[in-house]
Amino acid sequence: MSNVDVVVTGLGATTPLGGDVASTWDAMLAGRSGVSALTQEWAAQMPVRIAAELAVEPSEVIERVRLRRLDRSEAIALIAAKQAWADAGLEGSGLDPERLGVSFGSGIGGAQTLLNQDDILEASGPRKVSPHTVPMLMPNGPAAWIGIDFGAQAGVHAMASACATGAEALALGLDIIRSGRADVVIAGGTEAVIHPLPFAGFAAMRAMSTRNDEPEKASRPWDKNRDGFVFGEGSGAVILERADHAKARGARVYARLAGAGITSDGFDIVQPDPECKGGIRAMSRALRDAGLTGADIAHVNAHATSTPAGDMGEIIGIRTAVGAHPVITSTKSMSGHLLGAAGAVESIAAILAIRDSVVPPTINLDDPDDRLDLDVAAHKARPLEIHAAMNNSFGFGGHNVALVFTRP
Amino acid sequence: MATREEITSGLAEILEEVAGVNPDDVAEGKSFTDDLDVDSLSMVEVVVAAEEKFGVKIPDNEVQNLKTVGDAVSYIEANH
Repeated sequence: MSNVDVVVTGLGATTPLGGDVASTWDAMLAGRSGVSALTQEWAAQMPVRIAAELAVEPSEVIERVRLRRLDRSEAIALIAAKQAWADAGLEGSGLDPERLGVSFGSGIGGAQTLLNQDDILEASGPRKVSPHTVPMLMPNGPAAWIGIDFGAQAGVHAMASACATGAEALALGLDIIRSGRADVVIAGGTEAVIHPLPFAGFAAMRAMSTRNDEPEKASRPWDKNRDGFVFGEGSGAVILERADHAKARGARVYARLAGAGITSDGFDIVQPDPECKGGIRAMSRALRDAGLTGADIAHVNAHATSTPAGDMGEIIGIRTAVGAHPVITSTKSMSGHLLGAAGAVESIAAILAIRDSVVPPTINLDDPDDRLDLDVAAHKARPLEIHAAMNNSFGFGGHNVALVFTRP
Repeated sequence: MATREEITSGLAEILEEVAGVNPDDVAEGKSFTDDLDVDSLSMVEVVVAAEEKFGVKIPDNEVQNLKTVGDAVSYIEANH
């Protein structure tokens, strides 16, 4: 346990469910799916022809000339961060830049730029390659741009831990504030690689749902008929702040980020440990770090991506580390899998679940897996008084991150 | 052969596309960096687009001499 209290004072997001936090949250509570058929020409030849694309195009928010210099993952990271910054009331607040940090990552980074510029290189030669290519494709690009836009001088960090990235970015943000290096950290994750190559790569792994005829039913965590995750794009940003700093400026506090647990499997590059040993250690560490026990956790926003292999291990893990009592959900059933942004967007869902005393639903859970022996908020949002909630995120490479949020 | 006015207006189109410069601000006496706020990476884009539009080669060691719109117009006029 740390003696430095860290709270969440601002939220921002752009997702397949909405262009901001309010619309995303409303869609989650209503059980709406953000998954649809891909209309791009390249999709026709793919075995998977569905995805969870952004509800609001970045071009509707960022002006054209600026957008030319930004990879899509950078553009949406800036959109989410700007919303979170405004939501926290930090605009014009006179925050000391030397006390502001950034912890923001991506699972795959600027692959779209890399691939698009490679097409230009092949077709027209090196002179036609954009001079903006490198800053657009570098994996620290989203974090760096956020740092530039808000003048952060306490350090800008870019996580890369696949689908655990967004959650790990929040965990690092917590560490930065606890260590005394910053008072405020803009933390989150971003992902935007709906492009034929990453798509073909995930399809080649047989990791994605091929339920092409029923896009809205394709993401179905824990359902017997789940057949893979649905590729999504989006970004989520959270303002983390030292509690006394937030109090001194009269900021509205959503929740405390009470604890974090990070572990690694040391097991396999893509397969999760079937007994969720690394996940269990992450959840247990997060609880210890928060000074809580499993009994305190009323709700878990699970990682559950809708893959046959991955979903059930986490059930074992939650039952072992937390207990059989929490009401769990997978908002990926609606948002699709936002990869490096997932942990950030799902943390926002867990934070709002605490605020609004409601667990967002897991849609499409029509025929639960026989091994599912935890209470899922299936089909419909479930009213629930929540003092403490957990968010789990696991990533290729064996990254496990659990975060514990509590009512302020 | 394009006239100086035609080259200037062609450059104005490129500057608007690449760097969001208002075409009304583009005139021969204007400095790319000081007046039109074109940074070094955008200048690379302007040069490559101008090469294509006017059918000229603008070598890298020449670009540093193109301080103003007028400098670029003169170079293109002399070399295309």
